[in-house]
Amino acid sequence: MSITQKSAVQLFEMMEQGKTTSREITSAFLNVIEKNEPQIGSFVRWDAKTALATAESIDADRAAGKKVGALAGLPVAIKDILCTSEGITSCGSKMLAEYRSPYDATTVARLKEAGAVIVGKTNMDEFAMGCSTENSAFHPTRNPWDHGRIPGGSSGGAAACVAGSMVPLSLGSDTGGSIRQPASHCGVVGLKPTYGRVSRFGLIAFGSSLDCIGPLARTAEDAALLLSVISGRDRRDATSLDREVPDYLSECRKDLGELRLGVVSDHFGEGIDPEVKYHVEQAIDIFREMGASVHPVTLPHSRYAIAAYYIIASSEASSNLARYDGAHYGFRAQTGSEDTRDGSLERMYQKTRQEGFGAEVKRRIMLGTYALSAGYYEAYYLKALRVRRLIAEDFREAFKTVDLLIGPVTPTPPFKLGEKVEDPLAMYLGDSYTVGANLAGLPAIALPCGITDMGLPVGVHLQGPALSESQLLQAGNAFQSHTDWHHRTP
Amino acid sequence: MGLSRADVKKVASLARLSITDEEAELLTEQLGQVLTYIEQLGEVDTEGVEPMAHAIEQVNVLADDVAEQSFPREQMLQNAPARDEECYRVPPVLGD
Repeated sequence: MSITQKSAVQLFEMMEQGKTTSREITSAFLNVIEKNEPQIGSFVRWDAKTALATAESIDADRAAGKKVGALAGLPVAIKDILCTSEGITSCGSKMLAEYRSPYDATTVARLKEAGAVIVGKTNMDEFAMGCSTENSAFHPTRNPWDHGRIPGGSSGGAAACVAGSMVPLSLGSDTGGSIRQPASHCGVVGLKPTYGRVSRFGLIAFGSSLDCIGPLARTAEDAALLLSVISGRDRRDATSLDREVPDYLSECRKDLGELRLGVVSDHFGEGIDPEVKYHVEQAIDIFREMGASVHPVTLPHSRYAIAAYYIIASSEASSNLARYDGAHYGFRAQTGSEDTRDGSLERMYQKTRQEGFGAEVKRRIMLGTYALSAGYYEAYYLKALRVRRLIAEDFREAFKTVDLLIGPVTPTPPFKLGEKVEDPLAMYLGDSYTVGANLAGLPAIALPCGITDMGLPVGVHLQGPALSESQLLQAGNAFQSHTDWHHRTP
Repeated sequence: MGLSRADVKKVASLARLSITDEEAELLTEQLGQVLTYIEQLGEVDTEGVEPMAHAIEQVNVLADDVAEQSFPREQMLQNAPARDEECYRVPPVLGD
């Protein structure tokens, strides 16, 4: 098995044992990036020189017997929605195409403290709005399993670079499924933690009550390793939870015990692709073989989740994206002569936003503005928030009788590039299984569980109660001890 | 509850987006479809249900009112599209 096929945990152990160096590992991954990036387009930018310099400094530390961090020497890619003090943070948008953040996001700072080798920033749907990475202002990312298909979104680049063996670990963000859906479409592991488990400081905001940062990797163990590093209270994020962070890697290796799994029968009904259904059912059987019991549960309001989600997310987005006005940073449209004494502030705002935002972003800002406007606020936004509480209560009720829920991540395998761009609503419906966890603030994981006849990955989705990441990772690790889907590569 | 072109133009103005006539046409259609879909929320009985704005119910998380080192002005002006020595420069508020 070559270096780029090994897990992060294995690579770390090899470095600790002196069997290899970060320089060797980083070079191996950089070679894959050099070779395959022109076809895939996972990255918006990557920096081989800086990566190798970091790798060498970690190697020097190890050689000198210094204590090194939990990720020391491991290459990591970061979704371009997280602020990094070096280089540009563009969030998939023309609006921030030249933006240089004055600070590192907390998660980025924690990666650095842990000795990670940051390789580059990954491509994404603009402002995290999308399910295919086609909404990136820069270029689409292609699914490594089939270059004519989408990798998923909005963390498409973060999923594709792991699937394409360009890095063993990446960080993505998930507001309605944006880690789990691309993980599923690319055949890798993606975890959305409990809301507040990971600090959002330095995460460019889309839907502030929904946004979560999380790991993508080949294995549950690798996801666990990364999760421990990024988790924990941050005084600069008032919504970050003041709760102890377990050693997720040791937790995930523990015995699964008698797991009670809940299956939502609604989720296997109309609209699900037969091959997705088949592979997810196979995955459920694997859990049965491992000693889990499977119980039917209902989430009576889950059919309203998409409607509630799109109102809430768009409303929060319309507020969050109001800051992009060309005044202090980012793109500013030309509204007259170079002399800013000409023109008007209003015209600058309008033209900047008109030119700086893509179509999907504008759509959602419009939807959110409408839902929050006088006369509609009660009927749309408040209504959606009440339905949200009912959805959260459905989950609480379900978790009284089962430990975790299991089901599909997406209704279909990855679709073709260009197939859904004209139909926003069809695109939105693809999030049907994933948005519930965001509305309720709960953790969830996507695990590779099959490959269709056409060679496309299928994922299985596990959801748990608040702060059940250990159990989700245990289930993932156990599943991966009994299957080899996570070893398959395009 | 149909969405008219006039509604779309009004919302665009609120959102400070100067959309073209073509975009207004397309948005009226697309947003109309989405809003029709979203109308099904009306079927849900939410009598007595409190709105849930936050995923976790946390009360005000306060910090001590202590001044700390912040970023230097020059660093904060780095990304300014237009500036002078101290400030961001923008077109007049009451220009045309």
